[in-house]
Order: sequence, then C-alpha cells, then structure tokens
Amino acid sequence: MKSIQFSRALRTSALIAAPAMLAVGGYVYAQQQQDFSKVEEHVLPVQGNVYMMVGAGGNSTIQVGKDGVLVVDTQFAPMADKMLAEIHKLSDKPIRYIINTHVHGDHIGGNEALSKAGGIIVGGNFAGQVAANSPAAILAHENVLNRMSTPPAAGQPAIPFDAFPTDTYFGDSKDVFFNGEAVQLIHPHHAHTDGDTMVFFRRSDVVSTGDIFTPGGFPNADVTRGGSLNGLVAALNRIIEITVPAEKQEGGTYVIPGHGHLCDEADVVEYRDMATILRDRFQDAIKKGMTLDQVKAAKLTRDYDPLYAQNEAATDRFVTNAYNSLSNPPKD
Amino acid sequence: MKRAIGGSLLMVLGLAAVPLSAQIDLAGEWANRFHEDFPERVPGPDIGDYLGIPLTAAARMRADSWDASLLTLPEHQCKPHPSDYGMRGPANTRIWKEVDTATQQTIAWHTHISWQAPERTIWMDGRPHPPEYAAHTWQGFSTGKMEGNMLTITTDHLKNGWIRRNGIPRSEKATVVEHMIRNGNYLTWMVIVTDPVYLTEPFVRTTDFVLDPQQVIAPYPCEAVVEVERPLGVVPNHLPGTNKFLTEFSTKYKLPYEATRGGAETMYPEYRVKVAAELKKENTAASK
Repeated sequence: MKSIQFSRALRTSALIAAPAMLAVGGYVYAQQQQDFSKVEEHVLPVQGNVYMMVGAGGNSTIQVGKDGVLVVDTQFAPMADKMLAEIHKLSDKPIRYIINTHVHGDHIGGNEALSKAGGIIVGGNFAGQVAANSPAAILAHENVLNRMSTPPAAGQPAIPFDAFPTDTYFGDSKDVFFNGEAVQLIHPHHAHTDGDTMVFFRRSDVVSTGDIFTPGGFPNADVTRGGSLNGLVAALNRIIEITVPAEKQEGGTYVIPGHGHLCDEADVVEYRDMATILRDRFQDAIKKGMTLDQVKAAKLTRDYDPLYAQNEAATDRFVTNAYNSLSNPPKD
Repeated sequence: MKRAIGGSLLMVLGLAAVPLSAQIDLAGEWANRFHEDFPERVPGPDIGDYLGIPLTAAARMRADSWDASLLTLPEHQCKPHPSDYGMRGPANTRIWKEVDTATQQTIAWHTHISWQAPERTIWMDGRPHPPEYAAHTWQGFSTGKMEGNMLTITTDHLKNGWIRRNGIPRSEKATVVEHMIRNGNYLTWMVIVTDPVYLTEPFVRTTDFVLDPQQVIAPYPCEAVVEVERPLGVVPNHLPGTNKFLTEFSTKYKLPYEATRGGAETMYPEYRVKVAAELKKENTAASK
C-alpha cells in the first residue's frame, strides 16, 4: 500500500509547471441542467459514527466524532451549502477528510466547497510550508486525479484545481484511522471505473460502495473510464466477503450504495446474483459469436428490466457496456 | 357521601373511556393448518409450476432461470421468509400485543413464526412509514388498524422476495395488505400482494390457523456453512432456453404445458373449463 501526498504547495508547483493541463481539464464536470433549489438533503443515521446523506447526485456518507468530520462523496456542487448545513447539525467540528469513490461529477461536485469549508491538521516539517488553514484533504485512487486533471473535451469546462484529490494511492488499499476507528479504502480493479474506492468503516461496520452497487439500477460499467462488468461482479463479491449479517441474513454490516436506499448484505447478494446471471448470459452469447445487435435483439435482460431499468435507453446502455467490456476486457 | 359521589364519578369516567365496539384479541399461540395449498406449502412447489399466479413475462423468465442450488450458497442459507410468505411455510405463530400502560391503547401487534424465527412489528399508533431511502427488511415496515374483528395491515419496505418457492420473484417495490380475521378459535390470515414489477394484478392468498394454548415454538438458530465447494462467485442458474426441468410438472400431472406457465387467467375457475376442453381435444386427436 503506497500513497502520494499532494500538499497544497506541491499542487501549486504542478500548476506552474503545467498550465496547459489546467486550462483544458479532462472531464465534463458541470452539473446536468437541473434545478437544485427545491432539492433537500436528508440524513439517515446508519450505525456507529456513520450517517447516510441523500440529496442530489450520489449518496454521501458522513462520519463524525472527536477528530472531526469525514465525508465520502460530495454530490453536485450546487448542493454544497445544503450539505454543509446538515453536516453542521451533526457536528461542530471541521471536515478533515473527503474521500471520492470515483470520478463522476455527481460524486465530486462539492469537493471544492466542502474542502474549503473544512481543514486538514498540518504539523511536523510541513508546518512552515503549508498554510495553517489548508483545506480538508481529498483522498481518492490516483486514477481519479489522473482523469480529473486530463484536459476536457472541446467546449467542456475544466474541473477546478481546488476540487482535485490532494492525497492519492495506487495500490489495492489505503488505511486511515479517524474518529476512533479504522477506515479502509479498498480499490477494486476495473469495476464501475478504473479509479474506484470502497470505504469500510470497521468499528461502525458500514461500507460505502460508490457506484459499484446501485440497487435501483443495472450495474454500470463505464467502459470509457476503464470499467467492466466482470470487475463489477468481482467487486460485489468483495463486498459480500467484507459484510457480515446479523441474525437471519439481515442487518449487521450496513451498506451505503452509490444511489438508492440503505442496504445490507442480503441486498448486495440479490444484486450480485443478478449481475452474475446476466454476465453469464452475455458471455454465453459472445461465445456463440453473437454481435452486439444480436445480443440486444435477444433481450437477455427482460426479466430484470422492470426492476433495474428506468427506460429502454438504460437497458441499452447496460447491455452495450457489458458486451463491450466482456468482449474487450480492460487491461491494467 | 362525598367519597361515594367521587367514586361514582370515577366509575362513570372509566366507563366512558371504553371503546364503543370491543376489539377482538388476536393474541395467542396459533398452529397453522395445511388444508389449503398443501402440496406447494409442505413438500414444496414443482419446478415450472406457475399455475394460479398472475405473473408477468419478466417473472416467468426469472423463474425459468432459477436453480434451486442457489439456496446452497452460504449467503442464501439463513434467509427467513419475508412477511408476505412466512405464514405459508412451517408457521407455528405467536401473536401478542404491546399496550401503553397509561392509556391502555394498543401500540403494536407482534408476530413470531417458527421457521427461521422472524419477528415482526405491526405499528398501531399512526406513525408514518419511513422514507424511500430507508433500509428494506425481510419483514418490511407495517402499520395496522382494527376494522371490527379484523386487523388490516399495510406493509412496504420489503426486501426482494418470492411469491412461490420455485423461483417466482416478488420485487422490493411491492406493497402488501393483510387482513387477520379471528372467528372464535380460528384465525384466517389473508395476504394481498400488489407488485408493479412481477404481477399483473393483486395476488390473494389465505392461510388458516387454530388456537393452540399448548403450542411451544422451538428456537431456530441458523449457521451458514459451505455445502457445495464451488469457485468464488458462481451463482447457479439456467441460461435462457436450457432449463430442461420445466416440463416435468405438466408431464407428471398430464396438464397442457401452456397452463403451467401461469398468468392471471389461470387464477379463475373458468380456466378449468378451458383446460378441460383443450385436454379433450388432445385426447381425441391422440386416439385417431
């Protein structure tokens, strides 16, 4: 397990050295055309130190305690003030850490605002180099930083520099100890994207999965960003390895999905079963030499469509990404 | 004299607090009776038996791909029946109520069922159902109200479950209305499942119980173990079109295969007339 520390001073150096990178960015960061004024934030206590926050974009996870506040995923940028208002109801301490489960805009939109509202503790030989009021650290897999800092497509705005992760890792995991518990960042390979992180709060016994697990929709392998259906299935099995249910396959370890209601292991098992069964069907079709259009025409997902697809476009997207990722698996 | 008047006043006030219609008491130890739907409830339903279920085409495909070996996976072994199915299986049941000491109003009814020992709360105090982002459970979230001698229950926030134990699914988007009706020492428990995903219309079942004051329900601990050694991540299932067991039920009971595929039409008595006519036609053709 290795990590690379990007203090604010070092990020500034990178900015001076490569102004062209910042000028063009690499990702569609702007929110969809959505009216956020009427969207409320809702907070659900989960267990231990951990809360689930539901607003606009992906679910956020909030851990509070004597050390401060840790936030997993920051939704869309216009929701930042509402997020902060709800966080302040839970704790009067500052946000110390933000963790991004992956690079998509509905999970990183509030990075800049929430990071600036918080603050990292600076000491040791960095005390003189880094301002005492440095914003909260933003932790993510290094592929999240790579994608956020890639020049955007023509006409797309760049992601603000202050939203970038400050602290990245490139192995399979990173550990943090915060608010009296181990917080494990676990990187599944080529799942939803190539930069996913699941967050396991060991003492609170809660897992935040990001978009690896979204019980209201089909598993989404973002193949343009290194995702794959096989990687998603492996990641779901990893979640099942981590979680331990209480009596009668219910409760115990709670799971906060990227979108959707609060879950536990049994809900992940149901979702894993669906993903595996559909993966088996697609692999069988590919083995028989069926083209993507033939697979779509075969309607191999029609038993799960009414439960997981909001519309035909959602099914089409799922089948296309699944087929492509199984036919041409991503390489490390 | 003053004390006597005071005592009388208190008695009058006490009498005024008694509800005008006395509510039936459902509490007790209830032993289930299997005279309804015995074959599917005890030995279990045949693979491919979808008769009498108003299932959608999606549900039919889910059931066709279901492999019973799924239940050998450790993560499936200790699942209880969801609350809309629990009374159908081995379901010696205890029902008791929770009463507010000060007001003597019923706060909740509780049930405990023998198989896998699920316990359930039916809130009677008017509290709202949780928001959609709250967790779903096997027993769901239930509220109830007494309607004469009948307890009517409304349940949502159920986990994905099943309509029949041969793979016919019931989705987590379903809502369930139940009526518990007591007649002397007999209890009829009616369950109406409305599932916008896997049912084309509400599905109604009744299950009967008899009061058994000597019933003792045993504990039901469950520990998951590896029953079948498999590579990690294998989920038993049948690929589309490969389940060769689907015709066994129709062959065994000499029914037209199409009838066993279920659908709302197969729930109604008129369907028997149609099937009889089809069988007669087949038999006539076969004898020629």
